[in-house]
Amino acid sequence: MTAREDFAAGVRTVAPVLVGIVPFGLVAGAAAVGAGLSVAHAVGLSVLVFAGASQLATIELVDAGASLGVVLLTALVINARMVMYSASIAPHLADEPLRWRLPEAYLLTDQAYALSVVRFARDEAVSRRWFYLGCAVTLWVVWQVCTVLGAALGARVPPWLPLEFAVPLSFLAILVPAVEGRAGAAAAAVGAGVAVLGAGLPYNAGLLAGASAGILAGLLVEAWAA
Amino acid sequence: MTAAVPAVATADVARRFAVPAVTTADPGLVWLAVAAIGLGTFAIRLSFLLVLERVSVPPLAERALALVPAAVLSALVAPTLVVADGGPAVWGNDRLLAGAVATVVAWYTEDILATIVAGMGALLVLQALL
Repeated sequence: MTAREDFAAGVRTVAPVLVGIVPFGLVAGAAAVGAGLSVAHAVGLSVLVFAGASQLATIELVDAGASLGVVLLTALVINARMVMYSASIAPHLADEPLRWRLPEAYLLTDQAYALSVVRFARDEAVSRRWFYLGCAVTLWVVWQVCTVLGAALGARVPPWLPLEFAVPLSFLAILVPAVEGRAGAAAAAVGAGVAVLGAGLPYNAGLLAGASAGILAGLLVEAWAA
Repeated sequence: MTAAVPAVATADVARRFAVPAVTTADPGLVWLAVAAIGLGTFAIRLSFLLVLERVSVPPLAERALALVPAAVLSALVAPTLVVADGGPAVWGNDRLLAGAVATVVAWYTEDILATIVAGMGALLVLQALL
């Protein structure tokens, strides 16, 4: 396949996920302005940080007048899960020259990561660079446009439509077909259980604990079965 | 005999060394916070993409990395389905039921849009019924 076809395959793959990204981006823009930040701040957050959950947390903390240290720590701990994405996708992008890996790192998100590694596991032939960029660049463009629209016009999403549910549903849609074998099932089950138990913990600790426990459980099941 | 410290001086010291609060009243400090979070987040994203070409991945780490999507995605999703009003809830939890419907649809169709539509549709129906 050509670079253009693989990029287009990435765009097509990520398209349904945008159902959740569009309202999320509108809300991220509108929340910033609603908290008294300028439109420039809202766009600056989306361009420089480009990670929705940490952007919303930052906006909330600035609104509450938190200290610089708390704002930084909270946002970076929320984004710490991306260390795992970086490690997990790195073997696929290891042959890329640094001038490509830098923009690829900047564009790393939950969705671009998950959609790409799930595809790579099943498809030896697809170009790692172009499929990933097809997902990642699409998410970036839509996120920026929606942040600007949300900041300038407000987020006018119909209140009866539970659009905020679309993001977890898109994760679920990527997750379910990707769970393979007993080890994968154990990783998913333990990851879910520990994350639920730790949901009230500060600094996103439940998510990190759940992910780590899930990986450990998967490894143990593999070792036990071997 | 201890010398009383003038109140003005203490207030001045407190001002000088206090950790700055990031508020909308100080746009420059907001920019500093945004830039620092952006830089830190980029470092997190780049971490293994920068170093991995130089180290070979041991087999155990390779198997652990293969489990990352299942472990992280389920840890991201589960609390949004199960946790309601600050604690885990099973009975009468619309989102958990809608998530179960979406899981079945995801299993049989492997289609993201169908899963989102089914999950949101199920939630709307459940909210209308219950």
